[in-house]
Amino acid sequence: MDALLFLIFAAIAVICGINLVVQTHPISSALSLVGVMGALAALYLLLGGEFIAAAQLVVYAGAIMVLFVFVIMLLNAGTERKLAIRPWGKYLGAPLLILFLGMMAYLIQRILPPSSPVVFGAFQGGTPAEIGRSLFTVYLLPFEVTSVLILIAILGAIVLARKEVD
Amino acid sequence: MNFYLLSLIKTVIVVGIFMHVLAYLQWIERKVIAHVQLRVGPRRVGPHGLLQPLADVIKLITKEDILPSHVNKVFYFLAPFIAVTFALISISIIPFGPEITVAGVRTNMGLTDLNIGVLFILGISGLGVYGVALAGWASNNKYALMGGLRSSAQMISYELPMALALAAPLLLLNTLSLREIANGQAGYYLGFIPRWSIFQMPFPQIFSFILFLIAGFAETNRVPFDLPEAENELVAGFHVEYASMKFASFFMAEYANMVTVSAVATLLFLGGWHPIFPEQYGSGLVPVAIFVGSALLCFLHAASPARPFDKYTLPVFGVLFLGAAGLFLVPVLKPILLPLFWFSAKVGIILFVFIWVRATLPRFRYDQLMRFAWTFLFPVSLVNLFLTAALVAVYS
Repeated sequence: MDALLFLIFAAIAVICGINLVVQTHPISSALSLVGVMGALAALYLLLGGEFIAAAQLVVYAGAIMVLFVFVIMLLNAGTERKLAIRPWGKYLGAPLLILFLGMMAYLIQRILPPSSPVVFGAFQGGTPAEIGRSLFTVYLLPFEVTSVLILIAILGAIVLARKEVD
Repeated sequence: MNFYLLSLIKTVIVVGIFMHVLAYLQWIERKVIAHVQLRVGPRRVGPHGLLQPLADVIKLITKEDILPSHVNKVFYFLAPFIAVTFALISISIIPFGPEITVAGVRTNMGLTDLNIGVLFILGISGLGVYGVALAGWASNNKYALMGGLRSSAQMISYELPMALALAAPLLLLNTLSLREIANGQAGYYLGFIPRWSIFQMPFPQIFSFILFLIAGFAETNRVPFDLPEAENELVAGFHVEYASMKFASFFMAEYANMVTVSAVATLLFLGGWHPIFPEQYGSGLVPVAIFVGSALLCFLHAASPARPFDKYTLPVFGVLFLGAAGLFLVPVLKPILLPLFWFSAKVGIILFVFIWVRATLPRFRYDQLMRFAWTFLFPVSLVNLFLTAALVAVYS
């Protein structure tokens, strides 16, 4: 059952990811990205990361991507114009891509130590309580530093977006 | 019993009742607004217009489904699906009552329970905005686009105060599962004050409740925050190009969102299915008293009918109400019906407030709406959260 669900949601994620690149209209691409986020949330849920799954839905699919779609609609971005593909890209593109992916797969398998496969339901530390406890004890410093970084980013955005007043 | 079979039976029951509630909510809304405005409302179809929802559904299904030539077809079809799906999913994790035993099978009232229930509701309600935004954009119409844009901006803005208002009672209740949240509010202070979140010590969550309701009005696009469909500026807003069942799905989504917000407010702030005063003071007899009272009212009005038709219809309703009162006295049904009664009574009161507000308040202007969200609602809910956190830290 778990493996079946994993395959379904992994397939959805991959198909949406490919669709994101293939689609020419920005809204279609943005919605494909939402599909990827949703499928990833389901995968996190399968692995026992309940809080991460919910955060993925609330933050990425629910807030950030809505802003993306909002901006695309506001700017009225039209369909992307396709460039003519050069002849060598047309014939060599697919074989080179397969070669590259094969090399990556081989290298990853060589470098990473052989590990036991993931067991669904084995991980229990994904509840909000566990996440909160580790955020405020073990990872307190990175957490606070991240919040300062985000504050700096917000201030920078305000400065950039502000109209100059003489 | 088999888990899958049990889930299937429960789903059929819940979906069936939920769909009827959505259809009749519209009838109730029209009746209540009519009475507020000193009209009688729908009363042609069936006694007192009770068959009006059925007539509306038949009308909407059989209407011509127009496909405008200038729309983006894929997203035009997708948008109502998204809106109605994400509006209906939330009902799956709402608990309606405690654990019960029916014919030897122990089961929870409610479809399922997640240990991230509140976060799930927030996530799903955040996804619902795609339906409205896409409908506005795909219609390829400036009014619809304005409605869609307004809706996205409004829902992003009001999601923050809503989440902050929800976080405050969670600090007191220490869980995210909706069932445990409701169970954590069982019992009474001094024997008669219910331990609901809005009365909970050390900091009663009445402010969070009001903030949550205000943000909930905005999240469901209801008056006074129904800017996405402001008739006088945008014709009908994001669904101006939609007809037939696609138009109906947007309406269904709006009502389903209203029910979800009311149910979440009931569970988090009003103690879910726990009665307002203890069992030993006779809270079990409240539904009986209410139904007998309604029956007496019906008989009284039937004795001096305002309209000739009432002479025949009102006694029938009176007998039905007496039958409902009798159901609450059957010992086997009592543990099932009583929690259900308290839960639906609280949800019903909040839904009535939704309709009441629609009948009485004018609409905000767009800049007022945004200023209200960012300069009033957001800071206030932040202060509320800090106060709650400080008091919880001091007293625990």
